[in-house]
Amino acid sequence: MTQLAEPTQSVACLFAAPVPTLSGITWLDDLRRVAWQHFQETGFPSTSEEDWRLTNLAPIARTAFRPAAIDLAAGREILGKFTFAADAAAEMVFVNGLFAPTLSSLDHLPASLQISSLAKSPHEQLGRLAIHANALANLNTAAFADGAMVRVAKSATIPRPIHLLFLSTLADHPAVSHPRTLILAEPNSEFAIVETYAGVHGGYFTNAVTEIFAGDDSRIDHNRLQQESHEACHISTTSVRMGRGTRFVSHSSTLGGKLTRNDLSVLLSGQYGQATVNGLVLLDGTRHCDNHTLLDHAATDCPSHELYKHVLAGKSTGVFAGKILVRPGSQKTDSKQTSKTLLLSDDACMNSQPALEIYADDVKCTHGSTTGPMDEEQVFYLRSRGVQHDAARQLLTYAFAADVTRRIKVEPVRRRLEDYMAQQQGLPTDLRIADLGGANEAVVNS
Amino acid sequence: MGLLESFVALLEIKDLRARVAAPGGKDILKGVNLTIAAGEVHAIMGKNGSGKSTLAQVLMGRDAYQVTGGSVHYKGIDLLALSTEERAREGVFLAFQYPVEIPGVSTSYFLKAAVNSIRKHKKLPELDSVAFLKLVREKMAMLKMDASFMNRAINEGFSGGEKKRNEIFQMAVCDPTLSLMDETDSGLDIDALRIVAEGANRLRGPERAILLITHYQRLLNYITPDVVHVMLNGRIVRSGDKALALELEERGYEWVEKELAAV
Repeated sequence: MTQLAEPTQSVACLFAAPVPTLSGITWLDDLRRVAWQHFQETGFPSTSEEDWRLTNLAPIARTAFRPAAIDLAAGREILGKFTFAADAAAEMVFVNGLFAPTLSSLDHLPASLQISSLAKSPHEQLGRLAIHANALANLNTAAFADGAMVRVAKSATIPRPIHLLFLSTLADHPAVSHPRTLILAEPNSEFAIVETYAGVHGGYFTNAVTEIFAGDDSRIDHNRLQQESHEACHISTTSVRMGRGTRFVSHSSTLGGKLTRNDLSVLLSGQYGQATVNGLVLLDGTRHCDNHTLLDHAATDCPSHELYKHVLAGKSTGVFAGKILVRPGSQKTDSKQTSKTLLLSDDACMNSQPALEIYADDVKCTHGSTTGPMDEEQVFYLRSRGVQHDAARQLLTYAFAADVTRRIKVEPVRRRLEDYMAQQQGLPTDLRIADLGGANEAVVNS
Repeated sequence: MGLLESFVALLEIKDLRARVAAPGGKDILKGVNLTIAAGEVHAIMGKNGSGKSTLAQVLMGRDAYQVTGGSVHYKGIDLLALSTEERAREGVFLAFQYPVEIPGVSTSYFLKAAVNSIRKHKKLPELDSVAFLKLVREKMAMLKMDASFMNRAINEGFSGGEKKRNEIFQMAVCDPTLSLMDETDSGLDIDALRIVAEGANRLRGPERAILLITHYQRLLNYITPDVVHVMLNGRIVRSGDKALALELEERGYEWVEKELAAV
């Protein structure tokens, strides 16, 4: 495993290289070998593929990325900015893709919560969901150095959030990490989990994969907070399988990264499952973020709700491709998708593509998408009561985003977002979403 | 000092012209003249499209309209040179004909920001939460409003009547010197109209003025104007006392048009 954990070749070189040295665990070696073969066959996806039409990975493919060493000192230096160990049931910290036990807070875990390094104890469920999801997931499977395995026992409730923190530090070469997460929610368990991907400097590349097995009647609040360096590339694949009666909530927040691509697929495989999938993207400069989501209804009587909001400034570009698939026989599906984008400049650009694929006749599926500049009537209204022009625009931007953030139940995540937005919008740093009140429509589905 | 010298108009509009701020935008105000003294209530009546609401928006600085001529002085200041928010801070308030819905921002948060920006401008100490709440409760009671208003997003999902009442509530809290009320009566039932009128009447005073814009005479039963004007095709074409409003109610606007045509 260790040899595999630290491949020395760059990704660009890896194209031609044989599969890295293996762990000696047959199933894992097989998994990696197959994933590697697939990746070699496909290479990086190109913009001629429909799913990647609007996100160009050529700059990544061209760069000689290779893994960086674990730099604990640099990791410790930025840890303070992203940790919330004090509010967490457990915090597992990785630096440049490698587990950093000394930076983690994994003491006093309840017996019902198991958290361990995937490198140390790979679990056989690994790769069962995100298998061949896409080329990047294959690359992760072939090359991941380490990751987190989280298992919550049957009928256990973990009152405080579990935090997986993946830090990237500045390296003297283009660095890549392939963080891997496996979450096993046993039946009737309940917990909140946060994956934070963060860095302060550098044009590194994070290629993350998360698999979530959500057992029957489990209740999972899954949060992804992407605060990478603004020069970094971040690609993620999250695959979820829900059981019967599972309640799964996903909050994906993208604040960082120069180039971001998130693929989230949720399989509703059991009756009465409920999925809520929300996202917030805040971009400026020339940054780009592409969110692809799939709500895969493969059982009857499942509602799903999706709300993605983008705030795009400068020359930033956003993509939202949300697909709702209702498989044959998945009657009484009730799915609602909403995508809203606020363009703060004439040069920002949004591409929003809903897709409904329905093979059952007794279902309700709706989607709606709006993209537009700030409503000048709203600005005028606020100004006419004495609020300064800039402050009015900032307040409206904050409120637009707050519509999503107020649904986030994990307080440290909500606070992080509030702080970031307040700072970005030049609003009082102590501004809290709760101060804005007006939560008429909030919390409906979260 | 003679009577004439001591008279300072609170609002003095001279030959005001404005058009829609777009290439080829239509001229809407075509030379409005209007003088309002402190202590007075004026009403502007007129048909749809006569320019009444545009006048209110231009006075508040809406940049959807471009002023192409004329002047507006308020308390002796060149009002047109001020930004919208500066006008608000100087004590001008526009109660909107169509109050805007702002999802995600509560009336409470917004109004506190508004009040404090006005107070700051007047070099008064900002209100803290306790003082603000006290002020707000008093005004809410006056307008018979439910306390939940404050925590709801501004106008979101409000009925027409609730929106109008919210405008007058905000007006009462902001305590303006010059209140511009744009068709505040439309969408109100008779009880709400009475309450709203009472709120407006409390803002009458020797230092203040109110400009009411309305289609109907009905509101003027509750807020008695000192002067009534008729606006037609971007100009004020008739002015008179309260009797003019009754005459308009009875005879419609056409006789004014005919009389003008005959001149």
